[in-house]
Amino acid sequence: MGATISLDYITHRFSRGAAPTLEKIENRIEPGEMVALIGRSGCGKSTLLHMLAGLLIPSEGCVRVNGHQVSRPSAKWNMMFQKASLYPWMSVRENAALGLLFSGMAKTEAFSRVDELLEMLGLHDKRDVNVQSLSGGQQQRVALARSLATDPEILLLDEPFSALDAFTRTALQEEVPAICRDLDITMVIVTHDIDEAIAMADRVMIMSQNPGRIVGELDVELPWPRRHMDAGFQSLRDQLMTQFKDTDDGLAGRKAITETTDDDAENAA
Amino acid sequence: MSTQTTQALSGANGAQVNLAPVISWLAALRYPAIGITTLLALWWLGGYVVANDPDMWAFANFAPAPTFSALYDLVASGDIWPTIVSSLYRVLIGLFWGVVIGVPVGVLIGYVGTAMKIANVPFQFLRMISPLAWMPIAVLAFATWDAAIIFLLVMATVWPIMFSTAHGVRRIDPNWFKVAKNLGASGPQMLRRIILPAIMTDVMAGIRLAVGVAWVVLVPAEYLGVTSGLGYAINDARDTLAYDTLAAIVLVIGLIGYGLDTICGLLIKRFNWHVE
Repeated sequence: MGATISLDYITHRFSRGAAPTLEKIENRIEPGEMVALIGRSGCGKSTLLHMLAGLLIPSEGCVRVNGHQVSRPSAKWNMMFQKASLYPWMSVRENAALGLLFSGMAKTEAFSRVDELLEMLGLHDKRDVNVQSLSGGQQQRVALARSLATDPEILLLDEPFSALDAFTRTALQEEVPAICRDLDITMVIVTHDIDEAIAMADRVMIMSQNPGRIVGELDVELPWPRRHMDAGFQSLRDQLMTQFKDTDDGLAGRKAITETTDDDAENAA
Repeated sequence: MSTQTTQALSGANGAQVNLAPVISWLAALRYPAIGITTLLALWWLGGYVVANDPDMWAFANFAPAPTFSALYDLVASGDIWPTIVSSLYRVLIGLFWGVVIGVPVGVLIGYVGTAMKIANVPFQFLRMISPLAWMPIAVLAFATWDAAIIFLLVMATVWPIMFSTAHGVRRIDPNWFKVAKNLGASGPQMLRRIILPAIMTDVMAGIRLAVGVAWVVLVPAEYLGVTSGLGYAINDARDTLAYDTLAAIVLVIGLIGYGLDTICGLLIKRFNWHVE
């Protein structure tokens, strides 16, 4: 069962007195919802995702999952990274079962459980091979199996497909939302690829930079699987681009006005 | 004629015997064989020169023939085995403590940046002191000669193991920690399932270096009071002018050292998780 995520006025500074990286972020993600966070590089979207995972604690405000404040990582909200980060001394099966083994489950039980997932992800025949012999796409599938093995309520994806070839990326952009829908998992993906956001999410949030804020949202009401060439897809892409550009221009304009005002104030002084 | 046919012989019952692995094994041995033959030739030449020099003829027993004869006597009489066991025992105990101290401290200074900053200068300072320089202190501090020698061996083995371990920890992909934390790893689980397997190759490389240093330090360390071990045997042979026995023991030291290094090399291969 997917979980509710509440972002309660999150502000974050990497050091005391520094300018905020994230500022007053407030939002709510419903159980089973799939949300994409897009924004320019360095806008703080990965930082926000690390907070959802409990790998980073915000300076102000908090993240709540089903009403409980997130203060540490948990296998119930799993994160997948840009690099699969598999453990090269382990087989596919051992990597996939790691979260279960950490939870104290017996090896045989953990293995039989991940075997089903590996079958679902097309890796059953590779379960005993060393992960170093797999392709990038297969490695990311193992990372996905590892994240799903612990029956997570939330799946957090930090640009997980950006290092993959176009064919594998497209396939996984279809597979991952389908799995999340089937297993009723709440999903949050961070990406800078607008097409990926539309292909995978029910809702896209746009983040601004310096400080990172959620400055726009767009509901994606397209049928699954989503085709990039469909008129609805392209229309949403245009809307998102316009909204993104407006937000960017607006922020740039606001920044220019602020800077001019500051200069005027200095000149007047 | 195919290669398979040329590399196969008919056995007594007509079955084909594949000689390819034997041929490839022999081919791999040719370069070491050239090296060993050259060394033996130089040794023989040195022995010949010494034997024919009126000022040095007394040392003629260092030559290969008397040495191998003495080695045969030592092995046949069984005198060499307790000597080897004593030395190996000291080296293994020294190595054991080197690992017990070096690996945890290495993990600590590799994982905790502040610990490394604090420990780096004192440890580098201590590392540069020859283990043999501790000899007088060891004699004063320990009740038995054996304990003093083992202390010297610990001082020789702990640094390569510690620094190699720390280097291994620093090389660990930070994402491995992040993923493990995310999957709910506790501290001991992180150590057992992530850190130790990740650094095992580096630890073994440190142990290999440590074994080399310990084996070198062992001989002079065994000059220290004890009445057993290869170092003592060399000293004894020198005092009794039994140069053939002395050379035979030198040969044994080299052979065992080479054997230990080979074992370490195999262990590194065993724990190395990099796919070639």
